[in-house]
Amino acid sequence: MTEALRPQVAACPACVAAPSAEAIAASAAPKEARLALSVPAVHCAACISTVEKALAAVPGVHSARVNLTLKRALVEADPEVDATPLITALEGVGYEAHELDAGALSATETDKAGRELLMRLAVAGFASMNVMLLSVSVWSGAEDATRDLFHWISAAIALPTIVFSGQPFFRNAFAALRARRLNMDVPIVLAIVLAVATSLWETSLSGEHAYFDAALTLVFFLLAGRYLDHRTRAVARSAAEELAALEVPRAALLRDGQEHQVAVSEVQVGDLVLVRPGGRMPVDGEIAQGTSEIDRSLLTGETLPVFATAGQTVSTGEVNLTGPLTLRATAVGKDTSLHQMAELVAIAESGRSRYTSLADSAAKLYAPGVHILSALSFLGWLIYSGDMRTSLNIAAAVLIITCPCALGLAVPAVTTAASGRLFRKGMLIKDSTALERLAQVDMVVFDKTGTLTAGTPELTNLGDHDATALQVALGLAEGSAHPLSQSLSAAARAAGVEPAALTDLREVPGYGAEARWGNKQVRLGRGAWVGAPNGTISNAMTVAWLAIEGQAPVPFTFTDRLRAGAAEAVRDLQAAGKEVLLMSGDTSGAVEALADRLGIQHWMAESLPADKAARIDHMTQQGKKVLMVGDGLNDTAALSAAHVSISPASALDAARVASDIVLLGGDLTPIADALDTAQSATKRIRENFQIATLYNVIAVPIAVIGLATPLVAALAMSTSSITVSLNALRLR
Amino acid sequence: MEILAYLIPISLFLGGVGLAAFVYTVRSNQYDDPDGNSQRILNTEYDDKPKS
Repeated sequence: MTEALRPQVAACPACVAAPSAEAIAASAAPKEARLALSVPAVHCAACISTVEKALAAVPGVHSARVNLTLKRALVEADPEVDATPLITALEGVGYEAHELDAGALSATETDKAGRELLMRLAVAGFASMNVMLLSVSVWSGAEDATRDLFHWISAAIALPTIVFSGQPFFRNAFAALRARRLNMDVPIVLAIVLAVATSLWETSLSGEHAYFDAALTLVFFLLAGRYLDHRTRAVARSAAEELAALEVPRAALLRDGQEHQVAVSEVQVGDLVLVRPGGRMPVDGEIAQGTSEIDRSLLTGETLPVFATAGQTVSTGEVNLTGPLTLRATAVGKDTSLHQMAELVAIAESGRSRYTSLADSAAKLYAPGVHILSALSFLGWLIYSGDMRTSLNIAAAVLIITCPCALGLAVPAVTTAASGRLFRKGMLIKDSTALERLAQVDMVVFDKTGTLTAGTPELTNLGDHDATALQVALGLAEGSAHPLSQSLSAAARAAGVEPAALTDLREVPGYGAEARWGNKQVRLGRGAWVGAPNGTISNAMTVAWLAIEGQAPVPFTFTDRLRAGAAEAVRDLQAAGKEVLLMSGDTSGAVEALADRLGIQHWMAESLPADKAARIDHMTQQGKKVLMVGDGLNDTAALSAAHVSISPASALDAARVASDIVLLGGDLTPIADALDTAQSATKRIRENFQIATLYNVIAVPIAVIGLATPLVAALAMSTSSITVSLNALRLR
Repeated sequence: MEILAYLIPISLFLGGVGLAAFVYTVRSNQYDDPDGNSQRILNTEYDDKPKS
């Protein structure tokens, strides 16, 4: 959106204000266009070659490459090529494609933190294996000078490696100590530093035991855990950024009657903005020209489109349905109602109590416990033997053998396995503690529009009409872009109806469509315009009236189409013993109808965004753990207030950011599955902690007595790490 | 045992070569698309002649 500013170095202020000749030349020089497209349907080798061939055939394209892991296509082309011909080409060969904002993606292309971890992991692995090579020789019986030589070589390898690979732990530990807290990294750092220091001292005194290999293997296993953790979240992060990049924020500015496509941030108050049918309002404004119908469901949750004409105010995010509108912007950027609602969310989030994850709880017990144990054994041996050297050795051995590596792997191993399973089912976990919170849920709250329903209307009374009426209705409906007309024509076509031959077909935005059928005038649209009697159909239904001149108008009723799997999800959740609540901003009639359809006993209608959040807070105070499933902006405050939240991929950007888990497909059935997986994952995490504790219970007495040689330490560490990882795979 | 004076440096050097190769592959973004790389070898397009 905004270009990165070039650092300005100039001799005079005027030069700073006006860009230098070089900068102008650089920006004017035609650069290759780098475009990114999201192609969610690619899954195999044939898909890769089809997509790449189709893209390469578009004129102006230099190269195209598909990334199967991220399901993207990266295209390099001439500067004047934009995404539209590429998307058309792909849809021509049968692949759905969406443009991605390449600027928003560039942050994820080189995953700096992940790469750093990977480098450190590689160096730690190399060093630990080479030092282990030398250590095994020592354990196999190398004596005197040979042993000393091996120890010195191990020291030479170990020291630079610890300095380089141990940095993530050192940084974390110092940060915690500066905040006067203890986290998992403090005992780890203490163990590593003490082990290396005593080993160096021992080696200089030609001692028998050196713990270099133990320290390095410890670092290696812990870095492996960190990297796994990072990868889990990297997938979710890049997908979340990709979803954000799907909304390319542009507006059509009308300047002197000419239309300019500009970034939304460049629109000023008072500017004229053109919004085409199907487009979203980019700014708050007042309609200067045009009539149409507006979909306000994102902000209010109402299913019925609202009539709009000159003089009416509209808000950002509302969808323009039937006719082009020209707006005069009244609030832009941070002042829009959309942004103010986002601020409400920010306030809710900052007030949200920070969840203490299982790992943090374990660290609170573990860190002080280990330090005390080590200090006690040091003092005990000092008093008993009077020998500083032995006591320090034993203290270091106790610290190393309390196996922080099993604890370090306990949670990441399970979360990686669980997140992978859920990703295959179509759910993306954005937060590492989301699984733990999901396992505690006992109450599920659903939003209506866009969450349980697909947001599109469905014709209900196709059978009530005779063939002629259907043919005329189909003919009229095909000429309109209104969602009700689209739904009518889809349903009629599916029933095999052919459209009647109509002349003078025209759409009257805001009212409906009219035409001439033979010598009769026919209209399809609003009741009042068509001449229908009032009060004959309940307010629960959305109705479009068909009037053939000379006959009584007949109604076509619509309800909101359910998302795939909505009924199953509700049934599964209730069968699992969770309470289900439906909250919506829509009218009571519509909400009650949907609740009956799905079998939900409790529902709340006409809820404002603040009402939803308040209800969730009330339930949280009663001690319930709430899972909120929602998509619209009117849900974001509730999504932040709930214990854990899910939103569908089609949700508004703000809702996706506020939620912990994103549903990738349109299907709701994974939700009940996810609760099961989360409970299973939490069980595995607890088991892993138990395994780690068991190892400690066995190993600590051995260390305190003084029998913990480096061999014993290495064995204990390896077996505990492997056991913990294998246990994580038991996730069913 | 004097042979160790040769063997240990050789072993470390060979391990170092492996490490350097790994670092090179990470820097040249070869791990960006593991699924795609595994599927691309099944493509029969360049069986008869190399990619120009």
